[in-house]
Amino acid sequence: MKLFTYNLLSLRVGVGPHGFPLHLQATKVHINPEDFNPDSVAHMIPKVEWVAFLEVTNTLHLIKLPKGPIHGHERDEKFLRKMHILQETDVLEGILQRPRLSFNWSKLISVIQMHCAFSTS
Amino acid sequence: MACRGRRPEHGGPPELFYDKNEARKYVRNSRMIDVQTKMARRALELLYLPEDRPCYLLDIGCGSGLSGDYLSYEGHYWVGIDISPAMLDAALDREIEGDLLLGDMGQGLPFKPGSFDGCISISAVQWLCNANKTSDIPAKRLYCFFSSLYSVLVRGSRAVLQLYPENSEQLELITTQATRAGFTGGVVVDYPNSTKAKKFYLCLFSGPSTFVPKGLNGNVEEEEAGESRFTSGRRGVRGHLTWRIPYRIARRGVVRKSREWVLEKKERRRRQGKEVRPDTQYTGRKRKPRF
Repeated sequence: MKLFTYNLLSLRVGVGPHGFPLHLQATKVHINPEDFNPDSVAHMIPKVEWVAFLEVTNTLHLIKLPKGPIHGHERDEKFLRKMHILQETDVLEGILQRPRLSFNWSKLISVIQMHCAFSTS
Repeated sequence: MACRGRRPEHGGPPELFYDKNEARKYVRNSRMIDVQTKMARRALELLYLPEDRPCYLLDIGCGSGLSGDYLSYEGHYWVGIDISPAMLDAALDREIEGDLLLGDMGQGLPFKPGSFDGCISISAVQWLCNANKTSDIPAKRLYCFFSSLYSVLVRGSRAVLQLYPENSEQLELITTQATRAGFTGGVVVDYPNSTKAKKFYLCLFSGPSTFVPKGLNGNVEEEEAGESRFTSGRRGVRGHLTWRIPYRIARRGVVRKSREWVLEKKERRRRQGKEVRPDTQYTGRKRKPRF
């Protein structure tokens, strides 16, 4: 599943204060080269959940990223190119976590199993 | 087809209907692929996405990824959700480019608010209208689906849901719940006069009111379903849904057997390419009782 999609996942059952972020420890990742479209990336940036995103990129030791969206990011091409990894990175395996509960990440994610894994009861 | 002569929704839940055999059809059968791709193309057309950039879309009931393939072909990124493991396995085998989730749309969509630039669905939403467990209430599931869809869409974006409503009551149930969830929009009917080609697209807009696109070769019908009445659809030989157009069609304000009704009927038959006498001053005139 693409890194960006993981970033948007949210559970309705209480996980964080709004059901996200779900902390991902990615063990296997694949980078697919994709065409860079600055408009498309610029539109994705406001949707990104930064804390979770930075966590994943730090554990994976991908390129260095700023702590939050830069003001006027639509025009900053270097920043956009860095953020383009959102679209390129495909997380194949990992563990989705919260304290004391975890869920194995695979190619096909079952929402029902995620709910079961993370429900507080 | 296993359940020839009745709708598949009446036979059980979708996760059982769409088993390995059914999934194989959605991978191998070229006619199936062709129909799904055409509907995906039309749905994408009705989405009116900005032309210059790839968008992030949701495909509800993505199945084996046939509609998703078309989205990828047009350069968009997409996430698909489906309830059938067999269909999703088939999609994984085909190495589609979108991300897949196994889940029930009637329980809500697991995304942050404002995640998607648009949403399509091909032949899936009618499955919400049949209760498969005693705990299911279709109206509640529909509302849960539509309200979560409204939330995960970027404000001002659209959802185009192609579906096969069983009758006008079902279509009204669906549109009522969509309206309750905050959507505006309408039903676009393509080729309303053709039994085979007729397709329903529920076009929803998550922002202030806007235009409803015109159906192909026919009329645009508004949210007040109940304009046309339907008989239950029947699956034809190749699994293609056929409709019997009822003889009585109630139109807004047109009384049956009046001159207007006769003229409309003649116009419709002309559109179908049938031979029709020209309209004169005598068309639809009152006849003597013994006529």
